[in-house]
Amino acid sequence: MTLDLPWGQLLVNGLALGSLYALTAFGIVLIFKTTQVITFAQGETAMFSTFVAFTLLTAFQLPFAVAFVLTMLFAGLFGALIERVVLRHISTTTVLNPVIVTVGLSLILLGAAGWIWGYEIRTFPDPVVGPPFHLGTVVVSQLNALIFLVTLVLMTVLFAFFRFTRTGIAMRAVAENRVAAQLMGISIGRMNALGWGMGTAMGAVTGMLIAPINYLDPGMMGDVALKAFAAAVVGGLTSLPGAVLGGLLLGIIDSVAGFEVAELRNTIAFALIVLVLVGRPGGLLGRHETKKV
Amino acid sequence: MVRWLRTRGRAAAPYALGLAAVLVLPAVLGVIPGVAPGYVLYLVSLALIYAVVAIGLGILIGHTGQISLGHAGFFAIGAYASALLTLRLGLPFVVAVLLAGSVSAAIGFLLGLPALRLSGPYLAVATLGFGLAIPQLAVWQGSWTGGSSGLHGLPLASLPLGAFTIVFRTDQDYYYLAAAVLIVLTIFARNVVTSHTGRAFVAIRDSEIAARAMGVDLVRYKTTAFALSALYAGIAGGLYAHLLHGISPEDFTVLLSVDFLTMIVLGGLGSVGGALSGALLLTFLQNALTRLPVVHDFKNLYIVVLGAILILTIAFLPHGLAGVARSVRLRWAARPRDRASRVDQIVELGEGSGVR
Repeated sequence: MTLDLPWGQLLVNGLALGSLYALTAFGIVLIFKTTQVITFAQGETAMFSTFVAFTLLTAFQLPFAVAFVLTMLFAGLFGALIERVVLRHISTTTVLNPVIVTVGLSLILLGAAGWIWGYEIRTFPDPVVGPPFHLGTVVVSQLNALIFLVTLVLMTVLFAFFRFTRTGIAMRAVAENRVAAQLMGISIGRMNALGWGMGTAMGAVTGMLIAPINYLDPGMMGDVALKAFAAAVVGGLTSLPGAVLGGLLLGIIDSVAGFEVAELRNTIAFALIVLVLVGRPGGLLGRHETKKV
Repeated sequence: MVRWLRTRGRAAAPYALGLAAVLVLPAVLGVIPGVAPGYVLYLVSLALIYAVVAIGLGILIGHTGQISLGHAGFFAIGAYASALLTLRLGLPFVVAVLLAGSVSAAIGFLLGLPALRLSGPYLAVATLGFGLAIPQLAVWQGSWTGGSSGLHGLPLASLPLGAFTIVFRTDQDYYYLAAAVLIVLTIFARNVVTSHTGRAFVAIRDSEIAARAMGVDLVRYKTTAFALSALYAGIAGGLYAHLLHGISPEDFTVLLSVDFLTMIVLGGLGSVGGALSGALLLTFLQNALTRLPVVHDFKNLYIVVLGAILILTIAFLPHGLAGVARSVRLRWAARPRDRASRVDQIVELGEGSGVR
């Protein structure tokens, strides 16, 4: 391996990719914090939403911004619906149950998408076209710039939401202590549905922004979801900033690794998970929960 | 002998019947018209091999409470190890499969070490990553694993017995081999889960802290559970490679890991018999679905059915088929024996209380 790499370019590409991982990881952590369920369906709900966006863009010829917002709304409702219809009725006395059920959900979504849209690989319409920006020797494509912009806006909005709105504070209270939050008059059910809705919408954003880079087919989010998982776990499943940090970190590693040993990108993600967790079982910024008997 | 039959015979009867069914199945298939016994036996062998994995996975998830979403990884390790040992080193089949199981068990032990510090969702993600990494490593090390096209032309399975050697040529031979391995490993698993090791596993599942307070050595038993379940998956992988005479990285996807998970969830977590029945049922279901004339896109249907089985089982049959069987058995044992004696009982009770 030589160290003679285009570091600046890899860093910018990695940060763009990492922003997308971070968004999905953020969704996973959000759902985990509010509902105590780690969802293995995050990638597939995102994929499904991206197909909805594709249909809106091609069949209905909507402008990208409109389709983007409509898809986020769809994903939000979809996530809330999943919580209402499926997860609310599953006993969470063991950690196994939610894992198994969300794996089941992801399979159903995968099959359904294959049924509706088929397995042919499609190209997703480019949201932005135009000449790339140049920063010295580093090239930033319009798409990457859009990714940075969207991530920044979403993160700011979410930060404000959790800091300043009643609902946001209520969600944090639920994450902190469910029983106490319930005693304060917060509806746990509504917060669970909201958490699922928001988390799923975040995944949908990733899907819509990564589809123009990669491709569109039912398997498109498989690798991305694994990276997002790795990001969430590395950052700490209980920490929202940790998810962002983990995502960016993974994006950069992925971008450099993709340049050197492209075949091993998943393996590197796995090795990273194990290494970080052995050192810090709660992730980089997470708390390691101590259980009571 | 008569006394033994009277006391233990009743309990042993189902096993004797099961064994008889295993032995005569090929003969029965040969008689049914319109059925290709070879193909059916090939499918049954596949189901039996999957059952071996399911039993091992059941010990890990059902008894010890340590989730794995990457057992296709261990299965792949076993398959690749035995294929390489027979192809490249020319080792006999039996030795290769046993070594493959050992290699897989050793890697299971190693994966068990980080798993000591991981719980629940973290472990699920880590094992998922493991399952994805193994086929990728196989592609990467293409010079000796054959890359993405895999390894082909494996020798026939054979068993040297002193002076002469049994060679498993036909599907029927292989069926007997797979059934024998499954029977031995089932008995072994049943013994393990009822031994002190099995009780330590269950104690860990129910509460790690309480188990530790009772003197259960977490390091020892968690790594043992991982190694044991990897051993089962590894041996099964070796059998699989030789059943198909060839393997490629595409055989060992995440979907296969989910298949294994579905088998034990459907059969019932924490039950050896459940894992066995879940594996048989799912393999046949998978095959039956490919045969439905209405479906032209089998893969989608199968994935949806698999997902539905997972969700519905957890929602409505939390103890799987084994739980259903148990409740039926209990109800049967508690049935009213016969009418007359009940009437007598009621009369007796009435007399006792002075009511006429």
